[in-house]
Amino acid sequence: MTKSGAKTKNKVLLILTERCKGCGFCVEFCPQHVLSISKEVNARGYYPVYLNDNDKCTKCNLCGLVCPDFAISVVGDKEAQD
Amino acid sequence: MSTVALEKKEHPLDAYLRMERLPHIWCSGCGLGIILASFLRSLLKSGLNLDKVAVVSGIGCTGRAAGYVKLDSFHTTHGRAVPFATGLKLANPELKVVLFSGDGDLVAIGGNHLIHAARRNINLTVICVNNFIYGMTGGQLGPTTPTTARTTTTRAGNIEESFNIPYLVAAAGAVYVARWTAAQVRQLEKSIAEALLKKGFSLVEVISPCSTYYGRMNKLGTALEMMRYYRDNSVVKPDIDLKDAAIKLGGQIVTGKFVDIERPSLFNI
Amino acid sequence: MSEGKPLVGEFFLSGDEACAEGAISAGCRFFAGYPITPATEIAERMSDRLPEIGGTYIQMEDELASMAAVLGAAWGGVKSMTATSGPGFSLMMENIGLGVMLETPCVVVDIQRAGPSTGLPTLSGQGDMMQARWGSHGHYSIIALAPNSPQELFNLTIKAFNLSEKYRVPVLIMSEASTGHMYEKVVIPPPDKIELIHRRKPTVPPDKYLPYKADADLIPPMAVAGEGYRFHVTGLTHDERGYPAMNAEAQEKLIKRLVEKIEKNKADIIQVEEEGIDDAEVVVCAYGVPSRVAILAIEQAREGGIKVGMLRLITVWPFPEEKVREIARQVQAFVVPEINYGQIALEVERCACGRAKTILVPHMGGAVHSPEMILEAIRQAVE
Repeated sequence: MTKSGAKTKNKVLLILTERCKGCGFCVEFCPQHVLSISKEVNARGYYPVYLNDNDKCTKCNLCGLVCPDFAISVVGDKEAQD
Repeated sequence: MSTVALEKKEHPLDAYLRMERLPHIWCSGCGLGIILASFLRSLLKSGLNLDKVAVVSGIGCTGRAAGYVKLDSFHTTHGRAVPFATGLKLANPELKVVLFSGDGDLVAIGGNHLIHAARRNINLTVICVNNFIYGMTGGQLGPTTPTTARTTTTRAGNIEESFNIPYLVAAAGAVYVARWTAAQVRQLEKSIAEALLKKGFSLVEVISPCSTYYGRMNKLGTALEMMRYYRDNSVVKPDIDLKDAAIKLGGQIVTGKFVDIERPSLFNI
Repeated sequence: MSEGKPLVGEFFLSGDEACAEGAISAGCRFFAGYPITPATEIAERMSDRLPEIGGTYIQMEDELASMAAVLGAAWGGVKSMTATSGPGFSLMMENIGLGVMLETPCVVVDIQRAGPSTGLPTLSGQGDMMQARWGSHGHYSIIALAPNSPQELFNLTIKAFNLSEKYRVPVLIMSEASTGHMYEKVVIPPPDKIELIHRRKPTVPPDKYLPYKADADLIPPMAVAGEGYRFHVTGLTHDERGYPAMNAEAQEKLIKRLVEKIEKNKADIIQVEEEGIDDAEVVVCAYGVPSRVAILAIEQAREGGIKVGMLRLITVWPFPEEKVREIARQVQAFVVPEINYGQIALEVERCACGRAKTILVPHMGGAVHSPEMILEAIRQAVE
């Protein structure tokens, strides 16, 4: 059951792959289990996180709160648009 | 639909960080980044004028926090952040002075200054990051290393008792004392926010994983496993008698807001 | 005491009291210290006077905290100082180094007593002179002044603040128990007759400000906390941005500038007093209380036909090298009375470079020289 609508509208999950150090905290703490560790390294040699199911993501930002590297956060939709 | 790898995007806290100095030097899985982020969020929500916020730190991994924030910040000498901050606050009472200090910096070499600052109730907010070890120098015994724990200077196991920081600073006179683990992010942010607005000496102890040294030498697993441990073994007991809030290796970690009292701050500033 | 007004006029003060008044006249509004004989009276007077004039006095738990607090207050925008003696001076050393590295204006007074260790707490010594130069670890330059009377303790405390503000460096005042505790007339001029120097402020907006980008005189403008500059400073070797720069190149650049900031500005910093040098065959090179004793010895020597003069060092560090080299070309010998077993004498000898003898007149401490001791050395010099 996805929680879309008012809470997730205009919100996007931003992942800054090159900052991620692959600690796995966000994967662990995500209540929806929508984050996974990639099998490809980033430029620094870490295996970064990626979002495996955007629809299930409720944009609660627990991942953002628990990230030590400023690498993941829920942001407003406008900020994410090019 | 994908939101992955938006390389040019900004993290909401980027405006408050010295971006040219990122990525920070902390290890993968170190709790310091979580605590720094939590502090910045609390600060932004506090309504404090950021031009009047000064961050002072000591030496050690925690001490590096001062260098990453886009605020007036001072990376001082080992153990002496508290008295430096005292002078800074007294010279300009308009400043909100926040300290980042590790367990060794604050409670070993800085121990004397800590208890006197609490006694005086000088208006400072101290974020004490406790990883039970001296991380920057490679994993030596610290004053909060639990008994029996292994470190590079206690390879056969620590024979000393460790400090119970909330007990110590509450006894010394601090008006706000809380302890959370790096896994209790929401409570941590709330406590830091309260401590920032508290007039007097406030201390938030944050139990943070150091998997590189403390965790590895004591077979506590990866940083993730340590965070799981902190999440699953922390118990919120704000009304506990602080003498029972000591942390033992393999034991429960008592967390909570332990002290929140009123007492005139030094010079009432 | 003064009911909040500056003291003006003639007073009968001890050296310690005069030092405190000098600080106040210089605009010092923060004192953090710890009781130690024979400097305690400076703290006591400051504890009384500062609150009267809107300043802050705090007695810290030890000298380590005192020095840290002095630096913090300077970075909060206030002229600040502390006062101590040997044992406390030793404790302050690490943070004096931080003060040098951060380029913090502040004043540290050492009313010397005989050491080492607890030594003779109530009696004079001059054993901290080399420590004043090199006491903190690492290589750096610093300024140290040597008053020889309560009036000079007043005057040179003002000069110390001015130099510290101008050169962004801790300035030391090296006195002795006898001078700190002697009572003499001290004239305190009105504020409008006292020239004060304040740290240079940035002229660029915050986004262009680099905390350690120096001007042509090697001194960077100084923003302090709360002015919106959002700077970072660290005791780690750093670059112009103030950020840690952990490499030899940054070290070379920074340390050179910190040293040359003082050494290349020696002409402005150094102050000496010369008396009877022109025809001298022997020159007594003295500082602090022995320079007072030397006056009588010199008088008596002159009466006995010896052409002797005095070079009194008011600035001891940076050491007045050029002046000593110059005099060395002319005289047979320097006589150096000091209350130690030879510290500044080493500098005199180094600078004399063999052209003149250096005759040390040591005194281990606990009392001051007798004029006879110095006279004997002067006679020896011309044999």
